[in-house]
Amino acid sequence: MIKLIKRNLSGFGISLLLSVLTLVLHAIMDLYLPTINANLTNNGMARGDIPYIIRMGAWMMLAVLISTVAMICSSYFSSKTAMGLGKNMREEFFRHVQSLSKGDVDKVGTASLITRGTNDVQQVTNAAIMMLRMMLMSPTMFVGGIVMAWQKCPELAWIILCALPPIILLMIYMLKKGMPLFKSIQKKVDTVNQVVREYLSGIRVIRAFCKDDYETKRFDLANLDLQQVSLKVARMLAFMMPALMLIINATTIAIVWIGGHEMQNGTVEVGDLTAFITYVSMILFSLMLMSMMFIVLPRASASADRINEVLAMRSDVADPDAATDIRSLRGGYVTFDDVSFSYPGADMAVLEHISFSAKPGEVVAIIGGTGCGKSTLINLIPRFYDTTGGSVLLDGTDVRSLKQDELRARIGLVPQKSFLFTGTIADNVRFGKQDATDEEVIDALKIAQAYDFVMEMEEGIQTQITQGGTNVSGGQRQRLAIARALVRKPDIYIFDDSFSALDFKTDAALRKALFERVKDATIFIVAQRVSTIMNADKIIVLNDGVIAGCGRHAELMKTCDVYREIVCSQHAESEVG
Amino acid sequence: MADERSNQKPPVNMRGVMGLRRGGPPGSRPVEKAKDFRGSLKRLLTYHGMHKLSITIVFVMAILSSLFGVLTPKVLSRAMNILYDGFITIIGGERPEIDFNAILKILILLGFLYFLNAAFNYLQSYLMAGVSQKIIYRMRREVDEKLTKLPISYFDKNARGDILSRITNDIDNIGTTLQQSAVQVITSMVTIVGVLAMMLYISPLLALVVILSIPLTMLVTMGIAKRSQKYFTKQWNNLGDLNGHVEEMFTGAAVVKAYGYEDQAIAKFCEQNEALYENSRKAQFISGVIMPLTGTINNLAYVAICIVGGMGVINGTITFGDVTAFIQYQKQFSQPITQMANLMNVLQSAVASSERVFELLDEPEEEQNETIVPKPEKVLGEVDFEHVSFGYSKEKTLIRDMNIHVEPGQLVAIVGPTGAGKTTLVNLLMRFYEIDSGSIKVDGIDIRNLKRDDLRDIFGMVLQDTWLFSGTIADNIAYGSPEKDQAKVREAAQSAHIHRFIKTLSDGYDTILNEEGTNVSQGQKQLLTIARAMISRPDILILDEATSSVDTRTELQIQQAMEKLLKGRTSFVIAHRLSTIRNADLILVMKDGDIIEQGTHDSLMAQPTFYADLYNSQWGTT
Repeated sequence: MIKLIKRNLSGFGISLLLSVLTLVLHAIMDLYLPTINANLTNNGMARGDIPYIIRMGAWMMLAVLISTVAMICSSYFSSKTAMGLGKNMREEFFRHVQSLSKGDVDKVGTASLITRGTNDVQQVTNAAIMMLRMMLMSPTMFVGGIVMAWQKCPELAWIILCALPPIILLMIYMLKKGMPLFKSIQKKVDTVNQVVREYLSGIRVIRAFCKDDYETKRFDLANLDLQQVSLKVARMLAFMMPALMLIINATTIAIVWIGGHEMQNGTVEVGDLTAFITYVSMILFSLMLMSMMFIVLPRASASADRINEVLAMRSDVADPDAATDIRSLRGGYVTFDDVSFSYPGADMAVLEHISFSAKPGEVVAIIGGTGCGKSTLINLIPRFYDTTGGSVLLDGTDVRSLKQDELRARIGLVPQKSFLFTGTIADNVRFGKQDATDEEVIDALKIAQAYDFVMEMEEGIQTQITQGGTNVSGGQRQRLAIARALVRKPDIYIFDDSFSALDFKTDAALRKALFERVKDATIFIVAQRVSTIMNADKIIVLNDGVIAGCGRHAELMKTCDVYREIVCSQHAESEVG
Repeated sequence: MADERSNQKPPVNMRGVMGLRRGGPPGSRPVEKAKDFRGSLKRLLTYHGMHKLSITIVFVMAILSSLFGVLTPKVLSRAMNILYDGFITIIGGERPEIDFNAILKILILLGFLYFLNAAFNYLQSYLMAGVSQKIIYRMRREVDEKLTKLPISYFDKNARGDILSRITNDIDNIGTTLQQSAVQVITSMVTIVGVLAMMLYISPLLALVVILSIPLTMLVTMGIAKRSQKYFTKQWNNLGDLNGHVEEMFTGAAVVKAYGYEDQAIAKFCEQNEALYENSRKAQFISGVIMPLTGTINNLAYVAICIVGGMGVINGTITFGDVTAFIQYQKQFSQPITQMANLMNVLQSAVASSERVFELLDEPEEEQNETIVPKPEKVLGEVDFEHVSFGYSKEKTLIRDMNIHVEPGQLVAIVGPTGAGKTTLVNLLMRFYEIDSGSIKVDGIDIRNLKRDDLRDIFGMVLQDTWLFSGTIADNIAYGSPEKDQAKVREAAQSAHIHRFIKTLSDGYDTILNEEGTNVSQGQKQLLTIARAMISRPDILILDEATSSVDTRTELQIQQAMEKLLKGRTSFVIAHRLSTIRNADLILVMKDGDIIEQGTHDSLMAQPTFYADLYNSQWGTT
């Protein structure tokens, strides 16, 4: 955590320093007040010197004012520092995530990434501001209090030594018992939340399987667990305050008693006695404040760990040190050379010994069952993952020796989940090409068969898309995502099951327009519908991670059983011909 | 003079420290107000009814503890007086005769009071912790039990996040408030009144100084709080924008990467981050100023007491001990005053929270019918819809006078365009919703005469919206069956054609599915839920678009496996893809809530039907 904070405080060093300095000044002024007050008592009150009282009173006023100004400055600088820390951490996190590969992102999970980038950063920031506002004050108070108390009545200083052990014991007890409890309470709360969340999302299934009782039991278990730990924590906290007060008050009694005797001996003055009492309670309180730090810190440090975990991830897809200049490559020849892929630790590979090639102007279709590795296969082309065996070549060059952004600039990808961003339709299409003119945008929309429905909308291409694209239908979303790829005019098109939500007529019209307009690019189409890919130049049939057949429709109907089965599952025998 | 701070509590926000609340710093969100404050408060108090004795004890102890706290400075002042008098004689150059016997007596009394104050305080908090935790536990439990009794329509109508936050955040809020703030209100009031009385008793003049500082404190606090609120609101908006952007960029990571949008995403992020930084910095600063300013006012009052009191001692109008006591009282007094405003907000929001919880508890429950027929030993699977009418709202009837007869063992397919009411049929069969008129019978028994659980036991159901809970893949498949038989799980996975995929995962069957299920695709999720239905071996099976994301060849293979499994069992299949239902015994074509055609594939294709149109348009074979 310290490293994380240190790194992200860059640029705020001075404001951190000022924040600490002003806080210390504030503490010193506060420490000074009882001493002035003691003088006021000893020399003014007891000796009947009214002007002295007023003079001392004025000094106290001054101290109060300085302390106030110092504290306000400190508040200014601490806000700046802590919020700056938050800002920098968020930025570092966001930048880092942008540099990670798709596989890395999937590993952590999107939701978890979002929480880490927002909530966890917030936790660390909150802890930082608390540290800067209060925690730093306690060491100053502690040391300052001891110095001042010692100076006032060295004769009584040993009382402090007697009072410290019980307080420290109390602290240790709190930390030892409390810290694990605080941690576990957070976990239990999460468990309760999770059980409820799952109940809510699975309500139909739970009722259909008559598992209400089972779920209630699950909840009750989590609930009881939470209650028991919360109770322990609450009771512990209930003990803490009175115990602390009792120690401080007992110390006060001791000071009055012993101090009284010292006074009789003439070594201590009455004003010093009252100041001493104040200092002792300041010292003891500051210790308690410090222990609070140990409660806040573990939470923040857990958050910092979660952030660091992501920051420590090194993208498993990295740019090569000496990249091949992509400008030296022309065309769009894609070759899979004995490619295998498997997830780390898995029993079976997703893809095994895949070899084929595609050239510009060619339409290559990939078909196969759910989970046979189609998406994984095409994700290897833009290097969302790296192969675990063999290589993927672009124009004869291994894609791993190219820079990722340059490689991807050559590709127009339409992913399975047609994700749209908030913004206008035009913005979304221009995502593919920043400087596309309105004509280019409209042209792309036309090829994607999206122009008509876009024009039916009141604001045309300026229509706003809501977050997640929920205000357009699934089929419309797909067509907009296709237009986004078309506007790029890339060398390679990849359509990952991108026609699934289109009805037959739109599907056919779109393909017709596409093949008419795009003549010299390499096109990959992943599909489940045979009719979508029937006319492809090359159909690759994937089955359980291996190529079961490769060729044109007519050939495959004769030679490939899997393909025939797929076709038959979709068309009545008479219709296949 | 004694500047005794022993009664000051550490200025740490205990709620934050408790770790029970999430979210931003205190005071950052506007306080919510309850609609019916009195009513909800009253009802919240009924929860305390069970613990009447404990709560009475808590209150008595809280009051006593505060009273002892109020008394101690005055008692201590007597000892200080004796010491001061002794000191005066020392200054006079004489050997002082300090009456240590008297001091000892005072100190013993004082020690006793301190002890009682601490002891009562501890016992009170200890008891209250128990009471509030019990109440919270009960509340949570009640809400959870309530959930199981609510009709599905409730869950369809209300946002999940909203229900969830009632159960978690709202109840948490009530809990922390009960535990910490409820008693504090009592002690604060007792302390304020007690201290005020003591101060007036000791010195009306000095009391005036303290009382004057109160409106000043309040003015400063409220004035600043109002100003900071503006920035807090901005901060919340900025945070919302920023989080929205982060969410979008992370969820759309594939597209962002594919189109090399990383740099723009970062640029936009930095801009929003900067705005957030500016506003949160200001909000933090302004709200951070409140404490030093009120502290200053208190310190000024303290200085005034020192000066005025010091002169009073010289004039002999007040004793030294009384001045020291007064300083303590001033500290004791200012603390609850500054706390009160905050405390009121906390109470307000707790009552608002409890109101939301009560709202949920008051929702009408699923009706329980009187006439119960035991579940038949052997279900044949004959299903009848007789003159069934139904609408999701009273004004709009979706299904009118529907009649269907299904023979035992038939495969019934329901097809039709979106919104035709296909899924509604499932809702009615499973009694997720109650029909308005007519009756639905299984084996001749009106389903309303069966216990819901018995009825649902007969059915197995696979929905388009797959539901997997966080747990291993094996657990998810075995959900339908009480015993977890590894071999059976594997067998079901194999028939659902998901076995191979599971084996490609790093941990195989023990792979933990995360909550969003990002590690499996929609089609794979559907296969997992099919495996789950297979293992439960129901009498009647309902598949509602269960294989919509599965490829057709796998779908066909699953169907064959399922046919074996369901030989002689009735099944309902809702499908968008018509290729999969050609061999159904009965095809029901629905449109706008009505069954417009029924028959087999061949009989429907033989005529120019709506079905034939639908079928041909889907495959483009005309």
